[in-house]
Amino acid sequence: MDKTGRFGPFGGQYVPETVMTAVHELEEAYNKYKDDEQFKKELSQLYRDYANRPSMLYYAEKMTKDLGGAKVYIKREDLNHTGAHKINNVLGQLLLAKKMGKKRIIAETGAGQHGVATATVCALMGLECEVYMGETDMERQSLNVYRMNLLGAKVTGVSSGTATLKDAINEAFRDWCSNIDTTFYCIGSVMGPHPYPTMVRDFQKVISEEIKRQLAETEGKLPDCVVACVGGGSNAMGAFYDFIGDKSVRLIGAEAAGRGIDTPDHAATIAKGSVGIFHGMKSLFLQNEYGQIDPVYSISAGLDYPGIGPEHAYLHDTGRAEYVDVTDEEAVKAFEYLSKTEGIIPAIESAHAVAAAMKIIPQMDKDQIVVINLSGRGDKDVYAIARYRGVNLDEQ
Amino acid sequence: MSNRIDICFDRLKKENKKALITFLTAGDPDIETTEKCIMQMFENGSDMIEIGVAFSDPIAEGPTIQKASKRALDGGINLDKIFDMVKRLRKKTDKPLLLMMYLNTLYKFGTERFFSLCNECEIDGVIVPDMPYEERGEIQDFADRYGVYSIYLAAPTSHERIKMIASQSKGFLYVVSSLGVTGARNKISTDFSYLLEPLKDCVHCPCCIGFGISNGKQARETASFSDGVIMGSAVVNIIEKYGPESPEYVGSFIKSVRNAMDE
Repeated sequence: MDKTGRFGPFGGQYVPETVMTAVHELEEAYNKYKDDEQFKKELSQLYRDYANRPSMLYYAEKMTKDLGGAKVYIKREDLNHTGAHKINNVLGQLLLAKKMGKKRIIAETGAGQHGVATATVCALMGLECEVYMGETDMERQSLNVYRMNLLGAKVTGVSSGTATLKDAINEAFRDWCSNIDTTFYCIGSVMGPHPYPTMVRDFQKVISEEIKRQLAETEGKLPDCVVACVGGGSNAMGAFYDFIGDKSVRLIGAEAAGRGIDTPDHAATIAKGSVGIFHGMKSLFLQNEYGQIDPVYSISAGLDYPGIGPEHAYLHDTGRAEYVDVTDEEAVKAFEYLSKTEGIIPAIESAHAVAAAMKIIPQMDKDQIVVINLSGRGDKDVYAIARYRGVNLDEQ
Repeated sequence: MSNRIDICFDRLKKENKKALITFLTAGDPDIETTEKCIMQMFENGSDMIEIGVAFSDPIAEGPTIQKASKRALDGGINLDKIFDMVKRLRKKTDKPLLLMMYLNTLYKFGTERFFSLCNECEIDGVIVPDMPYEERGEIQDFADRYGVYSIYLAAPTSHERIKMIASQSKGFLYVVSSLGVTGARNKISTDFSYLLEPLKDCVHCPCCIGFGISNGKQARETASFSDGVIMGSAVVNIIEKYGPESPEYVGSFIKSVRNAMDE
């Protein structure tokens, strides 16, 4: 990445002038604190004592035997406090916000995991918190809405557009434009204007650093393949980053193919998107010939986004990472499989990574190793999966 | 001096008047109404018109223009249809016409193709609210090559950046009145004399103030700090209310604003 926040042609800072000063202020603060020993110490302490890091790298023996191919390891980001990788980034950003003297935090959320993580850390740090969430997502993830309220955050529904993640981001941007002096925008993924894609990746790269160290201890070698799901792409960037230089490690991102990439109902940005400029960055987007952003669909609210972080667009362009698509049906099957086989209920987002891994594991040798980044736990999804299977859980 | 925007400011200066620049979203509720509204605005005192190109995700807009964008997109508007309308308008008016659009709608259309069509249809300038000064490389070369002015925005948060931005803006500098998004406001509290102070000593670039100006009185007050005002949501509110019947209402509204400004 160069100093203007580019990953090859992707990235940049495409935001309204009102926000430019704030973006520069954030960039300056981040550059100041990222290598600051005190900041790093405070953050690693929060990771350890509050977020429960390092997360475990679990050898999935039953799954390995059942699939009959490569050895399967599962990186348990689902065991972090708040149940997903999102907390890593939020702790980093809000520690920075505190150093910058910001008192009010805004965030967008899709599945609600980033919103919950933000509300949680705001409670911890005594910061005011407002979370924007599409009304469609509020309905799909009502449990997380209530959790955010419990944590003292205000959840503001967004009814414009498709009432999902991208619209929540639009509304958070609008809020930021209006309250720029007091407010810190805590973006939940490796997207948005520079420095967000880099900063969020840096707060998530602890995932790949830990995998490398943990696997060196147990197996004495690098993995052959790392698989993660990709919406905006933060858990995948975190799981990939430390392996980018290790060319023997295959990096695979699983996109949400919804009802199939040949239907209009998917969110497979790499498979079907084209280069555009939106949400502060040049990257790949699902859009029509006139640059109107397409409505997207996935059973997973967290992958239901029409774009992808610019560094993923670059990793795809250079061929360093591969991106595959996983349908709702495949993800639900993987959700059920992991629950029954290993006693781990994955987030439906993470189930996309499990499904992608299940396709390649049987074709690999027994001495090879696949690491699946299990980005979150699936408690929040039980209702949606039941509904998908035609089971009605509503109480009378 | 060949760009209509320069000619317009030159004329206004001689007449000792301030510019009234008005905005509407093309295709809201349909392209015929837009065409009629534009002519009504010109006939009743608008000096320049910004034609808004609807975008699915207009992050700098408040609810009024968000809704207008949706109505226009639901009606099937696209950039090709807008260029066709501009061609028709050019047979009827020689006043400046500008396009206000989000960068993606321009980029995806093809930057060179876009500016060559602007040249062909005699669009005088473009305003891209999500393209800050630092990213001007996306369009600047093509804009220059095809003789289309790119007009930059300055905000209350721009501080020392304002001079740098003004140095690159052609035609005029679009000064954003307040923090936040577009939309009619009751009161504008920005200290313009402070905001515009850094520009005093540099080469004169006309400054026009927009965002939140909702009536003739506000237009008159705001114009006193600048070379002109930009009104958008106030016009779009009328179009929302009267739909296909809106051209005459838009016309009489513009007349009232013009009169207030010229008092």
